[in-house]
Amino acid sequence: MSDERTLDLLEAKIEELRTLNASDGIDLSKEIERLEAKLEELRTELYVNLSDWERVRLARHPKRPYALDYIGAICTDFYELHGDRIGGDDRALVTGLARLDGRPIVIVGQQKGRSTEENKERFFGMPRPQGYRKARRAMRLAERFGFPIVTLIDTPGAYPGLESEEANIGGAIAENLATMAGLRVPIVAVVIGEGGSGGALAIGLADRVFMLENAIYTVISPESAAVILWKEKERMKDAAEALNLTADHLRDLGLIDGVISEPLGGAHKDFQTTAAALKDELVRSIGELAGLAPESLVEARYRRYRQIGRYHDAPSASE
Amino acid sequence: MPIFKEKDYLRVDLGREPDESLWMKCKACGELVFKRRVRENNNVCPSCGEYFFLTAVERIGLLADDGSFEDVTRPIVADDPLGFADRKPYPERVADAQATTGLEDAILVGRATIGGVAAVIGVMDFRFIGGSMGSVVGEQICHGIETAIDDRCPFVLVASSGGARLQEGLFSLLQMAKTTTVRQRLADAGLPFISVMTYPTSGGVQASIASLGDVIIAERGALIGFAGRRVIQNAMAQELPEHFQSDVFAFEHGAIDRVVGRDGMRDELASLLSFFVEAR
Repeated sequence: MSDERTLDLLEAKIEELRTLNASDGIDLSKEIERLEAKLEELRTELYVNLSDWERVRLARHPKRPYALDYIGAICTDFYELHGDRIGGDDRALVTGLARLDGRPIVIVGQQKGRSTEENKERFFGMPRPQGYRKARRAMRLAERFGFPIVTLIDTPGAYPGLESEEANIGGAIAENLATMAGLRVPIVAVVIGEGGSGGALAIGLADRVFMLENAIYTVISPESAAVILWKEKERMKDAAEALNLTADHLRDLGLIDGVISEPLGGAHKDFQTTAAALKDELVRSIGELAGLAPESLVEARYRRYRQIGRYHDAPSASE
Repeated sequence: MPIFKEKDYLRVDLGREPDESLWMKCKACGELVFKRRVRENNNVCPSCGEYFFLTAVERIGLLADDGSFEDVTRPIVADDPLGFADRKPYPERVADAQATTGLEDAILVGRATIGGVAAVIGVMDFRFIGGSMGSVVGEQICHGIETAIDDRCPFVLVASSGGARLQEGLFSLLQMAKTTTVRQRLADAGLPFISVMTYPTSGGVQASIASLGDVIIAERGALIGFAGRRVIQNAMAQELPEHFQSDVFAFEHGAIDRVVGRDGMRDELASLLSFFVEAR
């Protein structure tokens, strides 16, 4: 974000003055104070009224915390599980056992890379069929032992490539949905960054669905929507607005259960606070759901999804 | 005998000729062919054998035994929950598609017998906004499955869809979860689901309900896949084989059970369904 660079410059300037202040015995505290006030003002201006497109940018921010960051911060004893037992181990999707507030859980998350090197390994967080099959395997393990499941969604989408299609990526997503519909343990899904289409939903059929404040969840990326629907690729900002892909919009539409707030400027500005808020919500939700009998859980999940959709009666043809 | 039983809200006109001209050019072989001949040939080019689209009504005529189809499609129309407008407001897009197709949305659902076997069938119509699955299509599929459960009979879905109805945003994405969740009820009831994939079965429909058939049959000439060819080429700059996402591609990679020609589809379904009916 270009305006974010201004903030970074200003922050650096303040830091520089502080150093001077301490070393030279010149009193710059008034000047520092003035700049800090200015910084706070700019930050508020920049981040309080974000457009939907700016939220898209923030959801994809290179400094945004990823699944493994949150797992490290909110869980103890993370024990990663690898491999789909069929064809490979997809590093774009991580699974494992962990403890959340002392309780054993299975955690599944899409994982982007920080460096080019890591992104090559993790396919930019775009799982292939073996990733979804690994997730399914881990979730079935959870069911067998009565562990609640937490999924952390952060993907531009399933990996679009020849090898994905050869291994039936659509079928793998469908099988995950079918499995999740019937799992007899609680499932809580949180969109932590990008919730990109079917590749996101494939680990997102859950008893509770939350989004971080600056996460997005959408049937299609704004860029693709611009090309397909507007036939003008520059129209992605309009597409972002039209798709109602932000956490606030989706809560207002009744499609998610809640929004987990982030510090001003996004999760990366104060990771510990964001992680703590996420953990609180997970502990609370799992606590609620763990009290339900497996049959009631599956029945409630069925009812949750059965009613999704907006339509009205057709005008009678006899009129 | 008419294919349809009377149903007052169903606005379909079987006799209507959509185009004035009598001839059409086959997009595959380039031959000028007589339209009536094409229609009589189940919309297959009489010159080269290329498959053209079937409307939902034509498809039902092809699969259901004469006079057996009882329409149970719910009389519902899509809302516009996002107030969506791209180059055209969504409600206008829906109204236009309704005017063109005579359907309320991209699917018809009904009871029928197929070669004497009672089943509930859902048939999608690609002409209606690319056969895309929004709230209405999702609801009709669920309603079809629930009708099959009530009737204790199999459910057959003939997919012809580019995927999710983008204009309904996340509502359409979540129809994948909705239809899948309801599909599990059919399995719990011990009833079979036969998925028939035609040209095209892709995106969110392929990645949910259509891929969950107990048996999956592709119509010859089907396109089957998740991400579109152009999307993959743009994103990955990858060379794709010519038969990419074709019926043969899906079959070779184990995504489907069989590939069947249009003419043989009714008999194919009848023989297949008979196994499950006898078993009960």
